[in-house]
Amino acid sequence: MSRMPTSSEPLQSVLHPAGADAEIIGQFAWVLFGAGLLIFLAVMALLGLSLRRHAAPLRPGLWIAGGGIALPVLLLTGLLGWSTWRSAQLVPQGSAQLAGNAPAISVTARMWWWEVRYHDPASGREIVTANEIRIPVGRTVYLGLNAADVIHSLWVPALAGKRDMIPGRVTGLTLRADKPGVYRGQCAEYCGTQHAHMALHVVALAPAEFEAWLQNQAQPARTPEAALPLRGRDVFFEQRCQNCHTIRGVVASNSLGPDLTHVGSRLQIGAGLLRTHSGTLAGWIADPQALKPGVFMPAASGIDGESLRALAAYLEHLQ
Amino acid sequence: MPILSDPLRQTVRAALVAGLSAALCMALLAGCGGKPKEKQVPGGDAKLGKQLVTQYQCGACHKISDVRGAAGEVGPSLDGFGKLSYIATIIPNQPDQLIAWLVNPPAMKPGTAMPAMGLTEQEARHMAAYLYTLRSPK
Repeated sequence: MSRMPTSSEPLQSVLHPAGADAEIIGQFAWVLFGAGLLIFLAVMALLGLSLRRHAAPLRPGLWIAGGGIALPVLLLTGLLGWSTWRSAQLVPQGSAQLAGNAPAISVTARMWWWEVRYHDPASGREIVTANEIRIPVGRTVYLGLNAADVIHSLWVPALAGKRDMIPGRVTGLTLRADKPGVYRGQCAEYCGTQHAHMALHVVALAPAEFEAWLQNQAQPARTPEAALPLRGRDVFFEQRCQNCHTIRGVVASNSLGPDLTHVGSRLQIGAGLLRTHSGTLAGWIADPQALKPGVFMPAASGIDGESLRALAAYLEHLQ
Repeated sequence: MPILSDPLRQTVRAALVAGLSAALCMALLAGCGGKPKEKQVPGGDAKLGKQLVTQYQCGACHKISDVRGAAGEVGPSLDGFGKLSYIATIIPNQPDQLIAWLVNPPAMKPGTAMPAMGLTEQEARHMAAYLYTLRSPK
């Protein structure tokens, strides 16, 4: 089971790259920051010199031509050349260079969560999940990006740059994780009141683990054996959750809200808001508006304590 | 011949009585004044407890001003929990009972909305120690 980073590890950081592209982007940040700092210090030193009381007169022509024209042209051309050379080494964008058997992953941004679909051409498996993109380590994957309502942007700083997600247009992001781990990402284009609570996790797994995960996700929902979650499945219908949510094998084809077939196996609920367990699930169902005001999910109404617990237990059981 | 003369003996005795009474008063006052002691949970570490409360995100349902982001409105606020006489209005708020409650709430109050979250007894112990430090309703 993949675990969340502990508090000592960076949650989401450009400065802790875990993929080839992020490495290059991180280097840009440092080099441009360093060069900018040097130029700033040099200008400040010149300013200091100019303020001396008995400074020797300058030759303005030389300083303007040298410091004002020649130096910036040289420096900026150098930085431009270097960054162009490094940019060319970024993973080429596009789905064309993918191996034929790679699973196709599409991500649809919605207010304010992420729908993630996998299509595995080898087996014909089709799965839908949310707010979590699992990928095999060391393999280049292509994410087809789209938005259902307004413009969003996908940004997983430890892995790659940003890519806008625009309604009615398919964009894409090619990325590769070189180290197994959990990398947080978030929407990077203001998209409404809960923009700040629109996060997701990219989980990079060893290839065998990824295959096992995909295999499990392709299964329909398990039927619970214990009494409490079994009762929870009835509560799911009593509360009319099926009007917005799909649970494959139980109720199909409602995609207003996230597919819940394997919701219990996801790291978090509410798009990076809460860790998944029966307690947070119960709190979320009882009052999503208190936790994420403006979210489209209404609070469960008139649900007694035991039914709430049962429903949370059922969803937790959907692993 | 006694070591001390009578008047001197009386003075010493008076001084002793006065001193003892003063000490007794101080001890009694210390008992009433100052900060009341929070309930002690043997083997419970309040600092670890706070980490666990943060990690388990009790704030999804409960308001805890001391924990960042804990602003839930589903269950009661836990500010001032350490002073409450009862857990969930019916269970005496004692360390052992609180630990048992945290591990399995429905077992202690059937019908409660609070689920068992798979806490270990030790985790619940730390959390209980922390909850008893919450003594100021906000």
